[in-house]
Amino acid sequence: MKESIRIASGQGYWGDLPQAPVWQVRKGPIDYLVMDYLAEVTMSILQKQRSRDPKLGYAKDLISVMDKILPDVVEKGIKVVTNGGGVNPQACRDAIFEIASKKRIKGLKIGIVHGDDILGKIDELLSNGIDLRNMDTGESLRTVRERLQSANVYFGAVPISQALQQGAQIVLTGRTTDTGLTLAPMMYEFGWSENDFDKLAAGIVAGHILECGGQSSGGNFLKDWRSVPDLANIGFPIAEAYPDGTVFITKHEGTGGLVSVDTVKEQLVYEIGDPKEYITPEVIADFTTIQLEQAGENRVRVYGIKGLPPTEFYKVSASYFDGYYAVGMLTYGWPEALEKARAADQIMRQRLKDLGYQYEEFHTEFMGYNSCHGPLSPMPDELNEVVLRVAVRSRDFEAVDAFGRQLVPLVLTGPPTVTGFGGGRPKPQEVIAYWPSLIKKNLVNPVVEVIEI
Amino acid sequence: MRKVQLLKLAHARSGDKGDASNIGLIARKPEYYPILFEKVTAERVKRHFGEICKGKVERFEMPNIYALNFLLHEALAGGGTVSLRNDAQGKTMSTALLRMEIEVDDNLLIDIP
Repeated sequence: MKESIRIASGQGYWGDLPQAPVWQVRKGPIDYLVMDYLAEVTMSILQKQRSRDPKLGYAKDLISVMDKILPDVVEKGIKVVTNGGGVNPQACRDAIFEIASKKRIKGLKIGIVHGDDILGKIDELLSNGIDLRNMDTGESLRTVRERLQSANVYFGAVPISQALQQGAQIVLTGRTTDTGLTLAPMMYEFGWSENDFDKLAAGIVAGHILECGGQSSGGNFLKDWRSVPDLANIGFPIAEAYPDGTVFITKHEGTGGLVSVDTVKEQLVYEIGDPKEYITPEVIADFTTIQLEQAGENRVRVYGIKGLPPTEFYKVSASYFDGYYAVGMLTYGWPEALEKARAADQIMRQRLKDLGYQYEEFHTEFMGYNSCHGPLSPMPDELNEVVLRVAVRSRDFEAVDAFGRQLVPLVLTGPPTVTGFGGGRPKPQEVIAYWPSLIKKNLVNPVVEVIEI
Repeated sequence: MRKVQLLKLAHARSGDKGDASNIGLIARKPEYYPILFEKVTAERVKRHFGEICKGKVERFEMPNIYALNFLLHEALAGGGTVSLRNDAQGKTMSTALLRMEIEVDDNLLIDIP
């Protein structure tokens, strides 16, 4: 057994800093690179891509990252774990094998984890009385069945650790918990059992700290953002894990950013519910037991974590089509910028009403005044300029399209000193809504495959 | 007693959980945690956000890191992909909370300007 392993966060979400994974494999020693690509509704976009082309449906950004780092990864024996396989891990694997063969890399083992995509099984589940009720509203999935775009089970660390056990150097998964990507290498390397709840919880906490990339190493740091050095070269977080469940959060030497008790605290509270019950497929981690200690420069010890047995459910993340929306903006300059923007908004609303269009929601904000804090924003004495931002939502495509046609004409038929319409007419976009639910673990099984070229 | 803005006593980070906004409020110093614990109640937060938060506010305590976690239900106008707000995911709800002013004893806060 290794004395410790270094697990490096390479991407916190699809669209994260493209240099980060390259820096992680080149600027210092790591054993694992973990990358998260999937947000709640990313799966619906990927399903659409796959329906148009069976070779798509995964995070294409991952391929350009692998193109850059694969030689380093192979040379240094770094293992890569990512959920960038999306709804088509097989095609993602093929694309990476193609890069490997172009670079004349031989003997590469890639594992995939799938079985999370239950879109094709929905009718069977529903007819067997599995209603996949919405966790927030209690409604049966039947209510949105005809508009369903994707449905994926969140698997955890176990199938990934099985792929590692079978010798995979790269593991590509579909919908997997972000935290599972980090826990899996620990389970595999340290031989943690599925009953070592305190250790599993420690791995989950490390995963939570890593899952948003630079957000735990100085990015988005509210307490004292000016104190963070060299954000241009921010070092993404690294979890140095030990077999007893102790974890040190750190980053490569010579990189920018900051790892302190305070930067880690801000990430710990990010997007959590009840801290006593951080529920994952492997364990329920108790975030109120986490102890933090500054253990050196850019080095935080995370310890003392307790875990409880998991529930008998996996979380399911489904998405469905829910109408159309469009967003448009116009910029009003001094003087009386806010007053003119308000008047323009009223004129447009009047015109749309006169044309007979109705909306489920018609939302106006004034960027520079209230688009962050809404009614909590104090009125400034005078604004130099303000951006009128208007957004509408409706099941009726025509209504949303008509909104787009009414915005830009305000430039010559409304209040004066207006600019910033270069983007042209706002186009209707599909609203993809999110449907969270639960499914009994025994109804779905992760599939693990490891192949070598 | 004097009024102090939370920004002086705490830092925070916020995000989304469906249509709920999560705001983690962290004491800038351990000695400020009891003040936050006493003054920044779920009811007070609900009142502060007014019409922004249409549902209930839940508060959870994390004394181990001197933090309180709030869940503001129905506070994001539909949540991540449905909300028409510029801040659809509630990323700036953190500082919206830090605008709150609370009454504190003078002698508790000797090092706050």
